[in-house]
Amino acid sequence: MDYLTIIQILDSSVRLATPLLLTCLAGLFSERAGVVDIGLEGKLLAAAFLSSAAAAVTGSIWIGLLAGIAGSLAFSMIHGLASITFKGDQLISGVALNFLAAGLTVVVGQSWFQLGGRTPSLNGAERFSPWTLPFSEALAKIPVIGPAYDELISGHTALTYLALLSVPLSWWVLYRSRFGLRLRAVGENPSAVDTAGISVVRLRYAALVIAGVLCGLAGTYLASLAAGFVKDMSAGRGYIALAALIFAKWRPWYALWATLLFGLLEAIGNRYQSIALGDIVIPVQFMQALPYILTVIILAGFVGKAIPPRASGQSYVKER
Amino acid sequence: MTLMKSFLGAAATLALTSGAAMAEPAIIFDLGGKFDKSFNESSYNGAERWKAETGGTYRDVELQSDAQREQALRRFAENGFNPIVMAGFSFATALETVAADFPDTKFTIIDMVVDAPNVRSVVFNEHEGSYVVGVAAAYAAKGDTVSFVGGMDIPLISKFACGYAQGFKSVKPEGKVIVNMTGTTPAAWNDPVKGGELTRAQKAAGSEVVFAAAGGTGLGVLQTAADEGMLAIGVDSNQNYLQPGHVLTSMVKRVDNAVYDAFMQGEDLEPGIFVMGLANDGVGAAIDEYNEALITPEMKAAMDDATAKIISGEVVVHDYMTDETCPAY
Repeated sequence: MDYLTIIQILDSSVRLATPLLLTCLAGLFSERAGVVDIGLEGKLLAAAFLSSAAAAVTGSIWIGLLAGIAGSLAFSMIHGLASITFKGDQLISGVALNFLAAGLTVVVGQSWFQLGGRTPSLNGAERFSPWTLPFSEALAKIPVIGPAYDELISGHTALTYLALLSVPLSWWVLYRSRFGLRLRAVGENPSAVDTAGISVVRLRYAALVIAGVLCGLAGTYLASLAAGFVKDMSAGRGYIALAALIFAKWRPWYALWATLLFGLLEAIGNRYQSIALGDIVIPVQFMQALPYILTVIILAGFVGKAIPPRASGQSYVKER
Repeated sequence: MTLMKSFLGAAATLALTSGAAMAEPAIIFDLGGKFDKSFNESSYNGAERWKAETGGTYRDVELQSDAQREQALRRFAENGFNPIVMAGFSFATALETVAADFPDTKFTIIDMVVDAPNVRSVVFNEHEGSYVVGVAAAYAAKGDTVSFVGGMDIPLISKFACGYAQGFKSVKPEGKVIVNMTGTTPAAWNDPVKGGELTRAQKAAGSEVVFAAAGGTGLGVLQTAADEGMLAIGVDSNQNYLQPGHVLTSMVKRVDNAVYDAFMQGEDLEPGIFVMGLANDGVGAAIDEYNEALITPEMKAAMDDATAKIISGEVVVHDYMTDETCPAY
């Protein structure tokens, strides 16, 4: 394995990790505020569909991005309505949203475009084009650093850089702002927040709005990368993001590393479908199952103790 | 509620009576969906062609899950549809039970052999068609590496890969064919993002031409091939128009012909095993206005030569499904 190959695998990891990271941060905000969000997958799918539909119709991915965020937000608000306002079970609401998204995208897509639930292919300005960072061609000739800068750091789409930026931003919001303190408190002990005279409901809705926007970005990223919508194209990424969230122990920086690890495993699985170690050949099925095997290991609790926000999954009732 | 019930009841009765009276044909699409730009769409086109030519009507259903296979089959058979065509190898188990229960109904299964007196099994020699596009890939590639992206890791998809590898190696014996599968679950048919990543990885490993036999995932492969300046080869339906100038050719599988024939014969459908290969235009490489410029005269000559030799039996393409090994890997 030469240096360039490693760079290419890392490059692929970043591309694969971007939607996971955005989705994982979405889940982070939501769960930190005490709302379990198993509907991430559905939001991804809804955003991917709407962004790709809007981009195909208007010819601009930026309008697509707005539509994707709007779709994801709408799903977030339904989740909020069911689980915050009406105090329904958060898991059930999330699962229902996943099914709703899987069915609705195909049915609506068929009636809009008559392509069997697909959207038309996106070309040119209907997709995000890669950003070539300054000096990348000049620097590419420098050994070691050059290719790394040119291949790995430069040449991603705007959303990838946005996703990376959102990590320190999330950290700052959660740990350095008043809003973040309250948000975390609402996930740990909503009664205390309520006693202090702050609205639990409003905070939780705010968290869901942030989650909706982040999922909208992730879904649009998928649609732009694949140049269109295909049914069920999120392919379980929402669930992987949830697993990464637990792995990350509900912390933004850990979320970055966790999703990059998942991305890396998938990239390695794509690049080396079977690895020969002396006489033993690791079969492709094993390589492709790696992210999932890792998920099981994490969920079984081998990687330290992951303690969720104490009030997550419970709707807040003022007086019992 | 009662109004709703009576409506539903009326609709059901209507469906029952109309079905029984006319013995319309019916078709069941597999999980990829009717408009997958690939296999199912091809069978849909066959049914539509029959409809346009004869003015008849047919009933169809798109499956949503594996569990619905037997249910859908049984429902159509009970309602008197005849013949019932199913597009996809996954119907085999369900069909074995249902065909025995409805001896007077004729069934056609595509891509699989079911041994029953009222079943027509249509199988395609995908390995032959894949061999021909493999030859084309060898001429199109300047270097000696090409690649393949499969959908779900099943023997049928390896049959495509193996034929492709054999065709490529018949021209460049020292060349390399990178074979990747998207996954091991049905989700592998609908993951264009992963298809694109696989294609990028193959390009990084030196591949110049990628053959995608992967349903919806294949669209991601074709898109990435166009983005990265590679050539792609489509599958099942003619996919040349999807990325003009970047799709070298498509390995078409005339599923539409199989469906059309079955519908045409109607209730007098002749049972048995029907093999559709290069000889009877069951498979082949598509050339149209979108890829004419990519097919050089010498490439075309080599493809025609390979086709003729396979038809005459001079070249025998190994079928992966017979022994689950491939001599060309």
